[in-house]
Amino acid sequence: MKLAWTLGIFAALLVLLAVGLGLNPREVPSPLIGKAAPAFELPLLAAPDKTFTQKDMLGKVWVLNVWASWCAPCLVEHPQITRLAAGAVPVVGLNYKDARDDAIPWLKRNGNPYVTIVQDPSGRIGLDYGVYGVPETYVIDRRGVIRYKRIGPVTPEILKEKIEPLLKELNG
Amino acid sequence: MARLFLVLFCGLAMAQEDAALEKRVRELSHELRCLVCQNQTLADSNAPLAVDLRNQVREQLKSGKSERDVIEFLTARYGDFVLYRPPFKASTALLWAGPFVLLAVGLALLVARLRRRRAAEPELSAEERQRVAKLLE
Repeated sequence: MKLAWTLGIFAALLVLLAVGLGLNPREVPSPLIGKAAPAFELPLLAAPDKTFTQKDMLGKVWVLNVWASWCAPCLVEHPQITRLAAGAVPVVGLNYKDARDDAIPWLKRNGNPYVTIVQDPSGRIGLDYGVYGVPETYVIDRRGVIRYKRIGPVTPEILKEKIEPLLKELNG
Repeated sequence: MARLFLVLFCGLAMAQEDAALEKRVRELSHELRCLVCQNQTLADSNAPLAVDLRNQVREQLKSGKSERDVIEFLTARYGDFVLYRPPFKASTALLWAGPFVLLAVGLALLVARLRRRRAAEPELSAEERQRVAKLLE
């Protein structure tokens, strides 16, 4: 009887620890899911005298990708972003805390999959989007509501299992 | 001369106001988590994002917003995770109440056990008592 109790408690502890180890404590659950994409009006990277706002995308399902030329994981996810943009979905780039003179050569070297790129040199709009680890990727629906957020690079698995099915559902 | 005094006085007043603001910024930043280096507070961290967030806190406090407004601003963007003191709600009930529940369970078990032990202790019969007394003499 005593042995059964001890074993039972041990097993419960084991399950608890196993679940705990499986969780990622670095992953911050975003409170922005299901909320309207924060408003911005930012200058274009290609033409700083023109601006772009999130309202320009109302009526479309689109993806906002926060990237910077200084960010190594951005280069890692670049093929996935390129693949995403090759599909029917417009991908808007938010160039985060970057310099034009660094961002433009980076795009020349690695390709530019974005329909538009806006500049956020101070990171103020990034703050509104809860950005804390570049790259970050948001899927925004026709009504301008954030439906998905990925913190960190988009891997081929995430693209296939999370983002593409969601886009299909939203566009369906 | 009077002008000099005025400048000095204004400078002093401004410095005092700044010091008060800095104190509020520091106190609030100690309650907030740096998202990049997650086991540091916003006050301790030198990560660029922490600096941005501290500036944001300072700017908002300076514009007359209260500590609660700033906390709301940050939790709307980063979630309760930015708070070192998570609020009590359904999803955090276990976190807050858990230790007390465990303590209560432990105490209940202890009390039950002590009672059982006392009940199990055999009482000495009159005869045995006499023997004990004899042996102890």
